[in-house]
Amino acid sequence: MTPITRRMLLAGATAGLTLAAVRRRPRAQARLKAGWVYVGPVGDHGWTFRHDVGRREVEAALGDRIETTYVENVQEGPDAERVIRQLAAGGHGIVFATSFGFMNAVLRVAPQFPQVKFEHATGYKTATNVAVYNARFHEGRTVIGTIAGHVTRSGLIGYVGSFPIPEVVMGINAFTLALRRVRPDARVRVVWVNSWYDPGKEADAAKALIDQGADVLAQHTDSPAAVQVAQERGVFAFGQASDMSRFAPRAHLTAIIDNWGPYYVERCRAVLEGRWQTHSIWWGLREGMVQIGPYNPILPQAVVDEAERVRQGLIEGRIHPFAGPIRDQKGELRLPEGRTLSDEDILKMDWYVEGVQA
Amino acid sequence: MVTAATPLLLAATGELVVERAGVLNLGVEGMMLVGAVAGFTTALATGSHTLALFAAALAGAGLAALFAFLALQLLANQVASGLALTVLGTGLSALAGASRVGIPVERLPRLALPGLSDLPVVGPLLFAHDVLVYGAFAMVPATAWFLGRTRAGMVLRACGENAEAAHALGHPVRRVRWLAVLFGGVMAGLAGAYLSLAYTPMWAEEMTAGRGWIALALVVFAAWRPGRLLLGALLFGGVGILQLHAQGLGLVALPSQILSMLPYLATVMVLVAIATVPGRRRFAAPACLGEPFLPSR
Repeated sequence: MTPITRRMLLAGATAGLTLAAVRRRPRAQARLKAGWVYVGPVGDHGWTFRHDVGRREVEAALGDRIETTYVENVQEGPDAERVIRQLAAGGHGIVFATSFGFMNAVLRVAPQFPQVKFEHATGYKTATNVAVYNARFHEGRTVIGTIAGHVTRSGLIGYVGSFPIPEVVMGINAFTLALRRVRPDARVRVVWVNSWYDPGKEADAAKALIDQGADVLAQHTDSPAAVQVAQERGVFAFGQASDMSRFAPRAHLTAIIDNWGPYYVERCRAVLEGRWQTHSIWWGLREGMVQIGPYNPILPQAVVDEAERVRQGLIEGRIHPFAGPIRDQKGELRLPEGRTLSDEDILKMDWYVEGVQA
Repeated sequence: MVTAATPLLLAATGELVVERAGVLNLGVEGMMLVGAVAGFTTALATGSHTLALFAAALAGAGLAALFAFLALQLLANQVASGLALTVLGTGLSALAGASRVGIPVERLPRLALPGLSDLPVVGPLLFAHDVLVYGAFAMVPATAWFLGRTRAGMVLRACGENAEAAHALGHPVRRVRWLAVLFGGVMAGLAGAYLSLAYTPMWAEEMTAGRGWIALALVVFAAWRPGRLLLGALLFGGVGILQLHAQGLGLVALPSQILSMLPYLATVMVLVAIATVPGRRRFAAPACLGEPFLPSR
């Protein structure tokens, strides 16, 4: 593993470009250099942390045949393009760009390095050497929404949101639909912190929601701050991206866990074996890219059974997160009974279901 | 609101004293992060919050000493050294904290003040906090008294207004500035520790999320007066919290982004006021702010 800082990259940019020619001389053909571009710090204990866990799984699985590099805290914008180009020029065979905002940077760099494979997380544009991969996090939210419906007394759920983009909106909606299937009068109150990562502000938002009567918290931000506030204030919460139960042994009911490792191992192996192809995948609970963490022992067995039934149903396709009838905030019918929303409709979701206060 | 204002108030009080001594240290964010990680690590290792706060203050002062050496001894550009300090502090804290991500720590205990904490409404609002909150608020009148009413405070201000004159009068300008910068480091370190031990008792990289910069803006907003600093900290901290509450209650008349901008707009307005002629007399920045001083022999 070679951690690289952006500054080192900047300093070494010119040197790197000249060296690249030398470095690309055929060495042992079977060794692959894989690079990851992260939007946040590896130590966020959330989104970027889980991608880095995946990278380490690649190292463990492929051993001598792989050499991995990562660049953390890369701003979405011109910085990203420079970093991605530098990794491609530096002899990496495959580059994983792990934030939606890296999309255009990847697509600009990719045509200039046809021999390098690019993988872009959560995007939607592919090319011959650009694949995209994404996870159905909202399936996990269907499971935790079910649990929330059983656990809440006040019927008010607090939801700490980052930005109102489709990714987050679909999560809120999936959560709310599952919640109201158990508890039809329950409501979800969303507070936006306008950041993916600001522990202080996430904690403030959690406190505000609890002050207003929420007794269960869900979040779509990256730090364990909200979970910690829940523990302190005696309400319940769900972890995001990774298991956060250490921060709140009593309050943390379970977590939606991002599990990128198996995908990363498979894609690196595909490059090594010369069978890599572009694709666009959206994997969920079935493929194991989204997982549900351990259940808190304080949950009654009946609730755990119900959560497991929903999880199994999602895996087997018997349950769909967006099954009709679905009404929007104004009470208008958006989807009649017996129908389910298509992936395309889910991916551009910009409306809230009934019961959401955002 | 009181808790959101605390880290801003601690860091800004420190920076205010630094700037009144004529030094501009832009490294507040870096010193806060170093303080946060030092406090967190010490609390984890020893279980003692007293030691943790001590370590945080020491770490902040350590980084400040580096700045003082560069800016006061070597007369390096203060803006550049300050920015470098933030970058260094960010990296250093990330490196030191890397193995401690994802571990919780015991929260700084709340101190109930006998009598006061039992008051209805006001009690839980104002008197159910930890030592850093009380300390931060106590520092404001203390700083105002020090700067306005003591000889040492007057000397410090003299160093900031006219270093040459202060030097000619025989005051040790460089030593005064060193002490001010160290004080700023201690306060920034404690502000960081408040975040990692009380506000969100955990360590996460860059957990200050720009609060060091807000503290810098706050000093300008307060026009270098401690009293106004208190007002500003409550305003800067409060707007953020009120904004979240208003969202939850569906009372959002203005988009949340605009509300988040308000404190900075206010800062810009203060800067404009300073630039006007009558404003210049009332809200003037220390005249020697940011200027290096080389004692003539």
